[in-house]
Amino acid sequence: MNAADKKRLLREMLFARRFEERCYEAYVERKIGGFLHLYPGQEACAFGVLDAARPGHDYVITGYRDHVHAIKCGADPKEVMAELFGKETGSSKGRGGSMHIFDTKHHFMGGYALVGGPFPLAVGMAKGIKLKGGDEISICFLGDAANNQGTFHETLNMAALWELPVLFVCENNLYGIGTRIDRSTAVVDQYKRVCGYNIPAAQVDGQDIEKVHAAAKIAVEHVRSGKGPYFLELMTYRYRGHSMSDSNAYRAKEEERMWSKRDPIIMLRDRLIKAGEMSADDYKKMDDDVLDHIENEIIKFAEESPEPKVEELERYVLADNDPWVKGGAH
Amino acid sequence: MAELTLVEAVNLALARALEIDPDVVVFGEDIGINGGVFRATLGLQARYGKERVMDTPLSETLIAGMAIGMAAQGLKPVAEIQFMGFIYPTLDQILSHAARLRNRTRGRLHCPMVLRAPYGGGIHAPEHHSESTEALFAHIPGLRVVIPSSPLRAYGLLLAAIFDPDPVIFLEPKRIYRMVKEAVADDGQALPLDVCFRLRDGSDVTLVTWGAMTHETLQAADRLAQEGISAEVIDVATIKPIDSATILESVAKTGRCVIVHEAARACGVGAEIAAQLAEHGLMSLYAPVQRVTGYDTIMPLFRLEQHYLPTSARIVTAAKRTLEAA
Ligand SMILES: Cc1ncc(C[n+]2csc(CCOP(=O)(O)OP(=O)(O)O)c2C)c(N)n1
Ligand SMILES: [Mg+2]
Repeated sequence: MNAADKKRLLREMLFARRFEERCYEAYVERKIGGFLHLYPGQEACAFGVLDAARPGHDYVITGYRDHVHAIKCGADPKEVMAELFGKETGSSKGRGGSMHIFDTKHHFMGGYALVGGPFPLAVGMAKGIKLKGGDEISICFLGDAANNQGTFHETLNMAALWELPVLFVCENNLYGIGTRIDRSTAVVDQYKRVCGYNIPAAQVDGQDIEKVHAAAKIAVEHVRSGKGPYFLELMTYRYRGHSMSDSNAYRAKEEERMWSKRDPIIMLRDRLIKAGEMSADDYKKMDDDVLDHIENEIIKFAEESPEPKVEELERYVLADNDPWVKGGAH
Repeated sequence: MAELTLVEAVNLALARALEIDPDVVVFGEDIGINGGVFRATLGLQARYGKERVMDTPLSETLIAGMAIGMAAQGLKPVAEIQFMGFIYPTLDQILSHAARLRNRTRGRLHCPMVLRAPYGGGIHAPEHHSESTEALFAHIPGLRVVIPSSPLRAYGLLLAAIFDPDPVIFLEPKRIYRMVKEAVADDGQALPLDVCFRLRDGSDVTLVTWGAMTHETLQAADRLAQEGISAEVIDVATIKPIDSATILESVAKTGRCVIVHEAARACGVGAEIAAQLAEHGLMSLYAPVQRVTGYDTIMPLFRLEQHYLPTSARIVTAAKRTLEAA
């Protein structure tokens, strides 16, 4: 990764951090309703992996902590924010909300609120890609707790048996809501659970974007070259509670302090400053730009967007009442 | 006597059951150390230990299937599903095994389990976190489906469900988890299952409902009373098997019926009640039965939620329509 790439990724991660922090505020201001699961702490995972793949080209699914993955795939952050606000201009016209971001144009095939249920979709998409002879790959992000669903094993088996082009990325942040991994999972190293399916797997420091990127390059290359699935486990940490309604009381302060010293943004920034690629002032300016952009373009857009249409409450249920199928406006 | 919210009454009933019967076990995702996402199981693990109050991995199929196995061993498992929207993986276990154990073994085995789940909308959450799909379970022979609508009924009905010899799907209206407080005596007394509760007597129209909608329905009855219309309000409580005798008796008196539920309309439990009225109560009806329900669409996100959920205004309008008819 060259210095320009590093600077670009630093900015992207910083943007994601500030975007999520602003979501937090908007939720407190009651502009965002429902549940809100934020990403701070885990930025190097989505950016490290997707930057090594072809965002917008490869097909991606993830869980409910999905805003950042969607944006990295190419979703317009304005539409993502409008979706969180439940507005008509949102990526799903304000019907899906935070947990169901979709941007099919950029092959972001969904955020899913249900844990584990969507895994088989990733192999289904990979089979579709293979049949059609495309060079895309299917990328399935998963949590650590999610891997205790039966679908995890069903999906791995199918991917291996049919040698499908799917990359599994486990963001292991050590918790599923308030339950620490060793209280829910017999084998805490997720990459070890995969060996029973003969799928190559690696475990990597998920806080260091350069390491994530390097490991993801190998993984993506493996999958794209037709050798079948690959499983990447990224060791990471979420800074906030599981969602806005989670007080986060179950984690030791010492553990939180330890992880905050390994912040993916700070680590990359300090490395760039040390290498003389940027100054503290440059970083400050970058941050100001990002904050300005979020406030004056993204939040403004979401605020000023129209409310969703009540008349459409019963539409998009079946094809015969879906204006998209009828050739109407979308 | 303590003034409790509905969710506190659930907690109290669970504690009482654990206290009086060593066969009762409680488990689910995050229910132990954390006390559950809605705090329904708060403090239970500390009091009754990790062998009887258990955190499980994130796997609903496992939770339901394991409960059936425990029940077959004579335990009385009470499992929690965090939201009703996450209950669907359990459907296979519940439909294929829990509901059929008694029938399949000609009574040699039975399945005294309870599957608890918060359900219903009005908390600003999308889809899975707001839906009311009680009719899916009500359609399955071999299950009881019970829905409390007040702290007192939550306490008494949950105890009844736990000690009932058959599988009970116990759906808790989460919007009213903390809405009202009621004095609840921790007397270990169960309420009867399979009966409706008459919440208010009336003579002009019968309003039939359950769950959180009892609140909108009682409000509607108040508004009707202000206009001189006397509405009887029935909380169905056990929606399967349904106590149609009480509903028929009420409609025999009023001659009019409005059924209110927040679930989608088509094939909802309201349709079953309307069919019972058509079969057994047609001659006492002065007007067609009205249904005030959610729509046959996916539960929308918060900005449209109030358009989806029945309101007291919609209930009042429907009640008046039955009065206009005759
Ligand atoms: C089928 C299902 N069961 C339970 C839940 C509730 N739930 C949401 S996230 C979560 C924990 C998931 O943890 P993990 O997979 O580690 O992902 P993380 O949130 O840590 O990114 C649970 C139990 C759900 N959304 N869907
Ligand atoms: Mg996790």
